[in-house]
Amino acid sequence: MKTVTVVGASLAGLYAARELRAQGYDGRLVIIGAEPHFPYDRPPLSKDFLANKDFLANKDFLANTDLAADSDFSANKDLAANADEAAAAPLGGAAPGGANAGGAAPGGATRGGAIPGGPTPGGVTRGRPLPGQAPLDETTPDEAPLALTDPDEIAELAADWLLGVHATALDPRGRAVHLDDGRTVVTDGVVVATGASARRLPGPRLAGVHTLRTLDDARALRAELTRGPRGVVVIGGGFIGAETASTCAALGHDVTVVEAAPLPLIPQLGPEMAAFCADLHRHGGVRLLTGTGVAGLRHAAVGGTTGPERVTAVELTDGRLLPADVVVVGIGATPNSGWLTDGALADRDGVRCDGGCVTSLPQVVAVGDVARVGGVRAEHWTSATEQPRVAVRNLLAAHTVETFSALPYFWSDQYGSRIQFAGHRPADATVRIAEGSPDSGSFLALYEQAGQVRAALAVNRPRPFMKVRRRLRAQRSAEPDGTRSARAAP
Amino acid sequence: MIPVCRIEDLPAGESVRLDTTPPVAVFNADGALYAVDDTCTHQDASLSEGWLEGCLVECPLHAATFDLRTGEPMCLPARRAVRTHRVSVVDGTVHVHLTEPTAVPVSVRTPATTTASAAVTSGPLATKGSAA
Ligand SMILES: Cc1cc2nc3c(=O)[nH]c(=O)nc-3n(C[C@H](O)[C@H](O)[C@H](O)COP(=O)(O)OP(=O)(O)OC[C@H]3O[C@@H](n4cnc5c(N)ncnc54)[C@H](O)[C@@H]3O)c2cc1C
Ligand code: FES
Repeated sequence: MKTVTVVGASLAGLYAARELRAQGYDGRLVIIGAEPHFPYDRPPLSKDFLANKDFLANKDFLANTDLAADSDFSANKDLAANADEAAAAPLGGAAPGGANAGGAAPGGATRGGAIPGGPTPGGVTRGRPLPGQAPLDETTPDEAPLALTDPDEIAELAADWLLGVHATALDPRGRAVHLDDGRTVVTDGVVVATGASARRLPGPRLAGVHTLRTLDDARALRAELTRGPRGVVVIGGGFIGAETASTCAALGHDVTVVEAAPLPLIPQLGPEMAAFCADLHRHGGVRLLTGTGVAGLRHAAVGGTTGPERVTAVELTDGRLLPADVVVVGIGATPNSGWLTDGALADRDGVRCDGGCVTSLPQVVAVGDVARVGGVRAEHWTSATEQPRVAVRNLLAAHTVETFSALPYFWSDQYGSRIQFAGHRPADATVRIAEGSPDSGSFLALYEQAGQVRAALAVNRPRPFMKVRRRLRAQRSAEPDGTRSARAAP
Repeated sequence: MIPVCRIEDLPAGESVRLDTTPPVAVFNADGALYAVDDTCTHQDASLSEGWLEGCLVECPLHAATFDLRTGEPMCLPARRAVRTHRVSVVDGTVHVHLTEPTAVPVSVRTPATTTASAAVTSGPLATKGSAA
């Protein structure tokens, strides 16, 4: 393979790029990212970042000043301006210096040869990032810790970063990626890592209504939350909704969570643990309204009839009206697979892969939130970091030589409680509290089926959780087929 | 020098957390005592709650592993070392000698700083009653 293109420059895309280099791929590496940012971490966006805590506390301060002092990140602003301009410029041609090699498609396909360093007319950066293309604000203490990579690693990866650019299509043979700026990247292999987008409510966009998926979302929401106490309505009691509600409450806002199901998180945690999480809201001073949907949003023009429309209240299906200054819509995410128009590759529930992250085209693999691996699509941080090793191995081998079998794991921080979950929860599992007690706010719960532990949930109980997680993992690798479980705990 | 506990209260495989600012974790790794800053350099997790294997500790949140002898991370997602502190046992009591904050390794990619920090690590010091 001479060129591998990673589409999606976030967690899974970065891990895929790392794996490509770590597994010996030394060809051209192109990374395409729709956001203007270098890869950053999303979980803190609903937690410490939103809380605007001194997120670096005792740990990241020095690294942060290190980053800020790094010449490539703080370097001269004209370069930044150039890069910005370049990225925004129309992109008919290829980079100067022969990036447009051999038989390029019309519209300026880049193929083969290296794209020279520095900003090019195509807004491509090779090696170390330019300030204009590192729009995490490294000089602010709260954004620097979100960065998933640093200038040294970016240089080591020796990739062409095309940031602020959407892939719009993959050619039917998987040999070229078309971009929204008119360019085409001719490629031998593709890693799809386009993740997911926050689902929105239908209707016009209103001021005061937010989703929380991207850094820009989090910046916008945080700006509203720092303007004094507000009435916040969170629509959806899933993990992101719950974390956002918890953070808003900690910031002193008046918070209501609206959940359509009888309890939030039942599909993820089962009824017993869902009930525990519902209590977390109540103990945290947040109103939780369940079993009712949202009929619509009320709004009014700000500053007279001509101003922008701003949300004023949330209307529930049971007729209640909840006044709201700020509404956070946390109703899940949809996989960003729409750009793959080939129905054999992807549908509305993501990119269809075999157990080894390989699609129907052996040179196209998928990882992270967008990938439905062996029929299962996870939206977990850990899967996005673990799948790339297997996917890249199979990509480089040109067929599936390894399948992905890691044990599902996720965590969530709400109301001062750290929830950790691992395993597969069968719908008919019974829950046993193995240590501690829900009342004390620290416990380990085991999901058992036929006397076997299938999954575990811990709240503020990290050590015993680690033990069970390891046991579940060991059991899983011992039983490579369907019935994965661990012996009942002592 | 901060007294931690009696040596017999920190058996092999166990750890304790000191509520200093920042907190410090003290480990007994198969008889060798180590102390490092308790908070993972990745995000907010307590390494004293981690999984101890040999002289490596695995973070309980995202599984970054640190070498307790040097504080260096062995794998992602951590990319920076935790600060190490010297440990001694005096008359059966475990003590931690806090490393000056200025000696915090700035970056895993800055070997000079990292070496400086490693130099103040005591390494194993298992014998009861021996002085630092
Ligand atoms: C607020 C928040 C809190 C979270 N908290 C937790 C948590 O506590 N625990 C946990 O386990 N998980 C958590 N998650 C989930 C975790 O962050 C995701 O699983 C992870 O980000 C998935 O990584 P990814 O790279 O697959 O996708 P994403 O992070 O979604 O990245 C995909 C990238 O691809 C880009 N892209 C999309 N379409 C295109 C295109 N056509 N062309 C080019 N680029 C494109 C996107 O702009 C995006 O940058 C949280 C997520 C959010 C949003
Ligand atoms: S907090 Fe330790 S690895 Fe993430």
